[in-house]
Amino acid sequence: MHIAVCIKQVPDSAQIRVHPVTNTIMRQGVPAIVNPFDLFALEEALRIKDRTGARVTVLSMGPPQAEDALKKCISLGADDAILVTDKAFSGADTLATSYVLAAALRTLHEKQPLDLVFTGKQTIDGDTAQVGPGIAIRLGYQLLTYVSRIAKIDVQDSRIVVERRAEGGVQVLESRLPAVITMLEGTNTIRFADMPGMFTAARQQTQHWNREAIGITDLTQVGLKGSPTVVAQVFAPKPKAVRALRIEGETPAAMAEAFVDKLFTDYPQLEEALLEHLDQLAAQEQQS
Amino acid sequence: MEKFDVIVVGAGPSGNAAAYTLAKAGVNVLQLERGESPGTKNVQGAILYAHALEEIIPDFRDSAPLERHVAEQRMWMMDEASVCTGMTHRDARFSTPPYNRYTIIRARFDRWFSAKVKEAGALVICETTVSELLRDAQGRVVGVRTEREHGDILADCVILADGANALLGSRAGLRREIKAEDMALVAKEVLFLPKETIDARFNISGDEGVVIELAGNVTHGMVGTGFLYTNKDSISIGIGCMLGDMKRQTITPYQLLEGLKRHTAVRPLIEGAEMKEYSAHLIPEGGLKALPQLYGDGWLVVGDSAGFVNGIHREGSNLAMTSGRLAAESLVALKAAGKPFDARHLAEYKRRLDDSVIIADLKKYADVPDFLHNKPHILDVYPRLLGNAAHEMFMVDGQSKRAKQQKIYAELKSRRSLLGLLGDAYHFWRAFR
Repeated sequence: MHIAVCIKQVPDSAQIRVHPVTNTIMRQGVPAIVNPFDLFALEEALRIKDRTGARVTVLSMGPPQAEDALKKCISLGADDAILVTDKAFSGADTLATSYVLAAALRTLHEKQPLDLVFTGKQTIDGDTAQVGPGIAIRLGYQLLTYVSRIAKIDVQDSRIVVERRAEGGVQVLESRLPAVITMLEGTNTIRFADMPGMFTAARQQTQHWNREAIGITDLTQVGLKGSPTVVAQVFAPKPKAVRALRIEGETPAAMAEAFVDKLFTDYPQLEEALLEHLDQLAAQEQQS
Repeated sequence: MEKFDVIVVGAGPSGNAAAYTLAKAGVNVLQLERGESPGTKNVQGAILYAHALEEIIPDFRDSAPLERHVAEQRMWMMDEASVCTGMTHRDARFSTPPYNRYTIIRARFDRWFSAKVKEAGALVICETTVSELLRDAQGRVVGVRTEREHGDILADCVILADGANALLGSRAGLRREIKAEDMALVAKEVLFLPKETIDARFNISGDEGVVIELAGNVTHGMVGTGFLYTNKDSISIGIGCMLGDMKRQTITPYQLLEGLKRHTAVRPLIEGAEMKEYSAHLIPEGGLKALPQLYGDGWLVVGDSAGFVNGIHREGSNLAMTSGRLAAESLVALKAAGKPFDARHLAEYKRRLDDSVIIADLKKYADVPDFLHNKPHILDVYPRLLGNAAHEMFMVDGQSKRAKQQKIYAELKSRRSLLGLLGDAYHFWRAFR
């Protein structure tokens, strides 16, 4: 069995700042991490590897420094890491990204047939949740989104049963393989790499695949050119500071009274409506 | 189990210098760092002194992420919130390449340095904390234990570059625990401002930078100083005092820093800036007298972990790099001679340190920590006197200059007796000669 996990290196959004003059994201000094949602996908793939001995290949499209994110996945137990990198790929939106990743997965599939492709449910920097579905459509694989649990895998019969969190409940879905699974957050806990894993990652040479390696010739489909998404404007919304009103009073009852007074002074229609309602109630009571 | 010639614990300036020098010489070296990447746990003002790095990577200027070269140095004596007396040193020679000092941002600089270490051939593993040293039956250090599963790693020698807390050495009983009296605690902020604003406010252009050292009442009479450095498009500002003093006065580092930022001489320089980073760190400032044992069977200690800081001249990272290099060079020499890394042979490291600027400078100022500790008024009374004297002399109000001098002298005498003054002067001379 062969599982691919698509990951993305993202800036740690908890530490991002917006440039006060240009309004662009300042990435300087912001640590790059593996997209946290992708770690749930990786952990799920590694658990299948633990059970079945499956081979796990991690894939990422990104600049050369994204290699650090792939190495992290190797330290956790992935067997192979491939960085899909080419200057022509930069500036890609989700459409162009899924085009490139699908091409890379096809190449990978030729080397060793794929049964499953995992992605996180979305990235923390793009928040679109479109790349996983994009890959599935382009490859013609089954698409299973927001999966919370893998209930059963039958490699012989090429079937999988998963639980999918949907509005109002959990769907239990059975599907044939190969499939793309976008994994929901909080569904597992990523393991802590052991020391031998750290050594393997530190020594491993990550494979770099450029556009030739994955057979991409049509440059209008990749990078900025292949991306219909246009950022029209970036701005930081001005925070509106409204001074909170302090209501003082000796006792809780006095405070409540002061509060109601203030409320009715500011919103006389509220008082009117309330009085009207009370009148109606009184009238009803009299009738009955 | 994995085994290396040398394990370097820590990827700060000393650890990187050691690992780089060892790897360059073909030694099989592993460097372990607890941070997510080198630099994430490190804090410095930060000024890079070119000389120490040049000795290790001669062409560092071609690739290192440097902010500005220091073209101007200001020293300010601060009194209450509105008074500041100082001097400025600007010399075109400092703006002629190769530059002598640079402001840097450590998060970027450390990443660069670590990439150099990897290029040189060292194996670097991050996010891995060394919890203790492995010892054999004779007490020899034979490796490290990390917090990861199957985490023991062997080595012929372990270089402790684990920073100011020096936990590994303390836990292993190789040194006494660090004392609050020997430690400074510094709080620092990086404030964002556009380059043009910085250039205009500090009267600089291009890659020129300004360093301002701040002393006096901003430390509330505690032993310590503040600093303000210009980076390309940010300002590093910080203040630190001896931890022992802070404990006694129960002033928090951020209160000090807020006070400094509000000072009339500082506020206009940072007006409108946005805070990008907040950090705090310990600095071992005990000087020569607080140095621990520096080597033993199978181990060496370098950098902050060894206490190599010259608090008077604000030198630390250069001494760290130099000590890392000397440790590595000692090991390389011993290895070439086929000598074991036992205490008897590692004494070579101490000999090299003794011949270096590190120990020479620490010796020169060996008495300064005690001097300041015993005479805390030095940093409080004199800046105030200086400020008042300057105010008196610059104020033109019809009084004769002689009368003004007499007034200044009278204030001086009211604050310190003549004997006290002489005593201060004598002790000052003794400590700094």
